[in-house]
Amino acid sequence: MCTSFMSELMLGQHQLGTSTLTSRTSLTAPTTDTVKAALYLASATVNAATTAYSATGEVSGTGYTAGGVTVTNATAPTSTNTTATAGVAYWTPSASITYTTVTLSTAFDCVLVYNSTQSNKAIAAYTFGSQTVTAGTFALTMPSNTTSTALLRLATT
Amino acid sequence: MIVTTTKGDMDESLLVRKDGDMENDNEKTSWVEYYLDDELVHRSVHVILKKIPTLAGGETATI
Repeated sequence: MCTSFMSELMLGQHQLGTSTLTSRTSLTAPTTDTVKAALYLASATVNAATTAYSATGEVSGTGYTAGGVTVTNATAPTSTNTTATAGVAYWTPSASITYTTVTLSTAFDCVLVYNSTQSNKAIAAYTFGSQTVTAGTFALTMPSNTTSTALLRLATT
Repeated sequence: MIVTTTKGDMDESLLVRKDGDMENDNEKTSWVEYYLDDELVHRSVHVILKKIPTLAGGETATI
């Protein structure tokens, strides 16, 4: 597989089947979709089968806005290929995901990263140790943006 | 230092601070709590993801 193809998938540059997308402002002036991150209660069911953001099971509390926060995305997807069968495309938000001055009294343990530009379609869900926050900040620092640790990775075999 | 609490902004000197942390293969997490008397009035958490846990479908996709 060609190395460039993998990161181009993340950039939405190939459409191999019929798909309805939310139109960008211009097809010639590049834009980036808005990616958001919502927190979910420990009791919620959010997993690989999740197809889109939903308020069901989402945390609520003082200072938290339904839908979560916008993810800083200043680094485009990258791809590399050391052999014909060892290609990886990867992407990681370029800053921590931070919820400032919130009170989330019910335990939560999951963040859903989703594309708010494209009908809130789900990208990935990640779990962590169950937490609560009281009049404080919840910060989720991303793993290093490498072929083995990036938040999103597409790999050939 | 001023601390945001459920009672409003308060000087840290009026509060009891408790720090905690935990680490496993997936994350390194630290938190700070402030108590007024015995009441929790502030808790902040910082989760550092070290790698992607697989329970929620965050594993590498193979194409």
